[in-house]
Amino acid sequence: MSITLIDRFRAAAISLFLLVALATPALAGAFEDAVAKFANDEFSDTAEAIEAVAASGNRLAFPIISALNEERLFAVPESKKVFIKQADDKIIDAATGAAVDKLPDGASEVRLNNRLRRAVDAALGGLTLMSSDPAARISAAQAVFKSHDENALKTVEEALAKETNSTAKTAFAEARAAIVLFKSDAPETDKLDAVAVLKSKGDQEALALLTSLGSGQPPLIAKAVAGAISSIQGNLAMWSMVQNAWYGLSLGSVLLLAAIGLAITFGVMGVINMAHGEMVMIGAYTTFVVQEVIRTSYPGLFDYSLFIAVPLAFVVAGAIGVAIERGIIRFLYGRPLETLLATWGLSLVIQQAVRTAFGPTNREVGNPSWMSGAFELGQITITYNRLWILVFTLAVFAILLAMLRHTSLGLEMRAVTQNRRMAASMGIATSRVDALTFGLGSGIAGIAGVALSQIDNVSPNLGQSYIIDSFMVVVFGGVGNLWGTLVGAFTLGIANKFLEPVAGAVLGKIAILVLIILFIQKRPRGLFALKGRAVEA
Amino acid sequence: MNAMNLRQTSALLYLDGVHVSFDGFHAINNLSLALEPGEMRAIIGPNGAGKTTMMDIITGKTKPDEGVVLFDGTVDLTRLDETRIAELGIGRKFQKPTVFESQTVQDNLLLALNVDHSVKGTLLWRGSAGESEQIDKVLETIRLTDARHRLAGSLSHGQKQWLEIGMLLAQDPKVLLVDEPVAGMTDVETHLTAELLKEINRNHTVMVVEHDMTFVRELGVKVTCLHEGSVLAEGTIDEVSSNERVIEVYLGR
Amino acid sequence: MPHILTRSLDRASTIFILIVAAIGVLVPLSNLLLPEGSYFQVPTYLVALWGKYACYAILALSIDLIWGYCGILSLGHGAFFALGGYAMGMYLMRQIGSRGVYGNPILPDFMVFLNWPELPWYWYGFNMFWFAALMVVLVPGLLAFAFGWFAFRSRVTGVYLSIITQAMTYALLLAFFRNDFGFGGNNGLTDFKDILGFNVQAEGTRAALFFLSCAALIGTFLICRAVVTSKLGKVLVAIRDAESRTRFLGYRVESYKLFVFTLSACMAGVAGALYVPQVGIINPSEFSPGNSIEAVIWVAVGGRGTLVGAALGAVVVNYAKTFFTSGPLAPYWLFMLGALFILVTLLLPRGIVGTFNAWWEPWKAGRDADAASAAREDGVEPKPNPAE
Repeated sequence: MSITLIDRFRAAAISLFLLVALATPALAGAFEDAVAKFANDEFSDTAEAIEAVAASGNRLAFPIISALNEERLFAVPESKKVFIKQADDKIIDAATGAAVDKLPDGASEVRLNNRLRRAVDAALGGLTLMSSDPAARISAAQAVFKSHDENALKTVEEALAKETNSTAKTAFAEARAAIVLFKSDAPETDKLDAVAVLKSKGDQEALALLTSLGSGQPPLIAKAVAGAISSIQGNLAMWSMVQNAWYGLSLGSVLLLAAIGLAITFGVMGVINMAHGEMVMIGAYTTFVVQEVIRTSYPGLFDYSLFIAVPLAFVVAGAIGVAIERGIIRFLYGRPLETLLATWGLSLVIQQAVRTAFGPTNREVGNPSWMSGAFELGQITITYNRLWILVFTLAVFAILLAMLRHTSLGLEMRAVTQNRRMAASMGIATSRVDALTFGLGSGIAGIAGVALSQIDNVSPNLGQSYIIDSFMVVVFGGVGNLWGTLVGAFTLGIANKFLEPVAGAVLGKIAILVLIILFIQKRPRGLFALKGRAVEA
Repeated sequence: MNAMNLRQTSALLYLDGVHVSFDGFHAINNLSLALEPGEMRAIIGPNGAGKTTMMDIITGKTKPDEGVVLFDGTVDLTRLDETRIAELGIGRKFQKPTVFESQTVQDNLLLALNVDHSVKGTLLWRGSAGESEQIDKVLETIRLTDARHRLAGSLSHGQKQWLEIGMLLAQDPKVLLVDEPVAGMTDVETHLTAELLKEINRNHTVMVVEHDMTFVRELGVKVTCLHEGSVLAEGTIDEVSSNERVIEVYLGR
Repeated sequence: MPHILTRSLDRASTIFILIVAAIGVLVPLSNLLLPEGSYFQVPTYLVALWGKYACYAILALSIDLIWGYCGILSLGHGAFFALGGYAMGMYLMRQIGSRGVYGNPILPDFMVFLNWPELPWYWYGFNMFWFAALMVVLVPGLLAFAFGWFAFRSRVTGVYLSIITQAMTYALLLAFFRNDFGFGGNNGLTDFKDILGFNVQAEGTRAALFFLSCAALIGTFLICRAVVTSKLGKVLVAIRDAESRTRFLGYRVESYKLFVFTLSACMAGVAGALYVPQVGIINPSEFSPGNSIEAVIWVAVGGRGTLVGAALGAVVVNYAKTFFTSGPLAPYWLFMLGALFILVTLLLPRGIVGTFNAWWEPWKAGRDADAASAAREDGVEPKPNPAE
């Protein structure tokens, strides 16, 4: 029992003036004494030790508490020595930080019970509540929120008082509310305020906390809690709708991107290209190649890789498209079923060629920094890559629409598709227009591949997974109508995501397929069908 | 239902106030027309006047937006599909000759015969003397007896037109709708076709759409001129061809 | 109905039937009676392999009946094949009884593994062979009937129909992959023991299955011949070549399509049912759209609109597949298959038998004056460019 009166005084002072203690340089002797208490193998001493170490501000405080938490803290009762076994299995003296060869004989793990574990959690929270990094403070506050340990109340309040970062401030306020709510001797008005804070937090965590409060509360508080719970539930339901809608929009944009090229080749030209998915896949592999070159030769350009890949993918896939049209499809006009079979064969060849060249496994395509990460919007998280793909898709759609309307190729394309013979006699080189139209459709599929490489696995099978969906979108939207494709893609995307939580992902997809099959049979020409004699002919 | 069963007109085919539009284009605009039993009627009019669309409406391929289409004074054709209308006895020859090219001339006629058209009936079908007789008769009428075993696809354009008319005969409908029967025919063939149609008209009601005014004149029947989806003029060929409006929009000066 | 049979048997058909019958009898006999290693003994693995080909030939016939003669290109016939296969697989699973890994007398192993308390209702009755045999025909038939009823009445034709049949088989693929669907999920049904009390692995059983497959091939062929040589067959060709003309003649096109589509699906189901005991497994990959479309190319290679061609195409393409995928050329097989799709549609639209007929008939017609009988050597050939 080597604890002197002065030491006791110091320890008491520290525990009283926690904040001051954290701010002042460590008082070495007091710290060592506090650490030694771990060796007493008494839960009450351990509790004191935790509090004292946490309050010491010593650089070893965090390693010690976290070692305790992870059962890596050992003590020798006889020598009152305490050791930390580090993650790399090296041993250090907990009081001094000096390296030790091995654990001395008789060292045993410092035991914890549930009450102590809460104290450890709170201490760990407290240790980071004062961190200089706002992000660390916020996550510490969130940890306290979850543990809502009364011991942390004081620290939280002090941290709250001097906090300047508004997000962190909210986090501290919420943490404080959580503690107050569970603190049995807190005044009723404080508790009501706490409920209000949690209600405005409004998320799953707040809901869980309020629900776990249980019964036996004074009626006023119970009523407030019940009100808050139903309000949060309503709020969460609303946000989950928003979330589904966002997922739906995102899926819709992917579907649109994959289908938009098909809307040209199938919808406008009437050519059924089963190798369309492979054009998408080629676009994705173009992105892979571009990134490989950049990685090895110009690492600084990585963030611009997609700006290089988009035009390149358009050119590569477009050129292959022109070659396909000239080499195969032009011999099969007017024979859609044969076109279907020939292009299916082509898709097998392209897949196998890519498999031979790049291997059968997924290739790594990275996100540029501006496409990584996410931001929070209310209760939902929106990732940048999904957002950019939505924007990109709409841009591609707008450009395509403008191109069809305002360029001479667009005019010729529409002329040829409406009346081939008449267009030919007007001096339009119909075969050139056919090739270019097909190239355009394929090129857009290539661009789609660049975007899809950001969210999907780049493998030789990439295209296959989109082909059926793409056809469904085009057929559902109405052949020969780009707006139909747009509406079709987003309708299917959103419907899919709203069905998923109800039916599960696979059943949801099956349900959508069945619905489309029924829909096509009801309206064989899609949502926005052209009608009239010419169409039937 | 009672009202429907009451005969409202003596006409075999009766159209009144029919409208059809495709995406805002009025293909048929307040069209009214009556075809009496036993009559042959020639329909003329410029391209886009709605001649073929009118036939589509009568045969059930296109549903009108509004208007009355009655067969035999009682049957509302707008409610029926093509098969049912064909079963009632309305036969149609297409503008472009449409025969079953990969089957023989004889089989083409066999398929057209007005006998049991059910799945079971055709599956268990075995020929009868009556059927062969009927086919022989039609073959003679359309002058294709020697070509009976040839594939229809190998026939000349004019022969295909006749085969299609022959199929109509085999079908033995009450009304024949004939769309441009002499398009692409030689003068001799055109003349023969006119004779053929006149012969058919002895037992059948016929509606012929044709551009060839010589042919129409040779038929010597009542003429209706359509323009922009409605009737512009109706009467004998001389009356119609001297009508100012008809000359202006169709015949030219 | 004897007139149907006599009418349907021309010389080519008779030769085809005799050859299949001879193979169906001689191969099992040689396998069972001759000593192993003898030059004329057909090894058991070949019996199983050829039995598989016979099943594929039945599938090809069923596709040719609707595509070659009625112009309906189904990209989902693999689904009917697989459904027939699953019906048979369910019977075989129930026959395992308590010999499974978990020894449960009622529940198949995968259900025990998934902690299913009892047999789901749709597995009832599959312990009886007659019931399973009925389902082999009924389930694909009913699905085809329901699907066709919607599709043909709404006049979904051409590539639209092809695409939705593909969507149908894709939806079934996803469904059968699910464990909670009750058909063994990913792994499907396998580890079969007996069929009608005979060990499925035994040589005698394999020989019998081979014989049955050949018999079924002949039966299917006869049914197809009867259909295509009847007046109904002429109506089907009429629908293929000029659908709306047929309609204006007063034929209920949708009824004809529905009849032939359903019949075809039933045949595909039978093919699947014979296939499963011979390969010993049925799993969801049989539903994959690629399988269905590959079966279509067999028909195209052999010659659509010629029944002999369809059967021949199935055997030739699958023989080539076995030959190449088991040798050093395996990585190139998909190139070859893909090229086959392209080259056949571009250069050989009539297929092997169709092209042969196109050469042979004029020569024969020149030889004997009676051209009329030669015009229909094997059904009616399709135009290379059917009207849509």
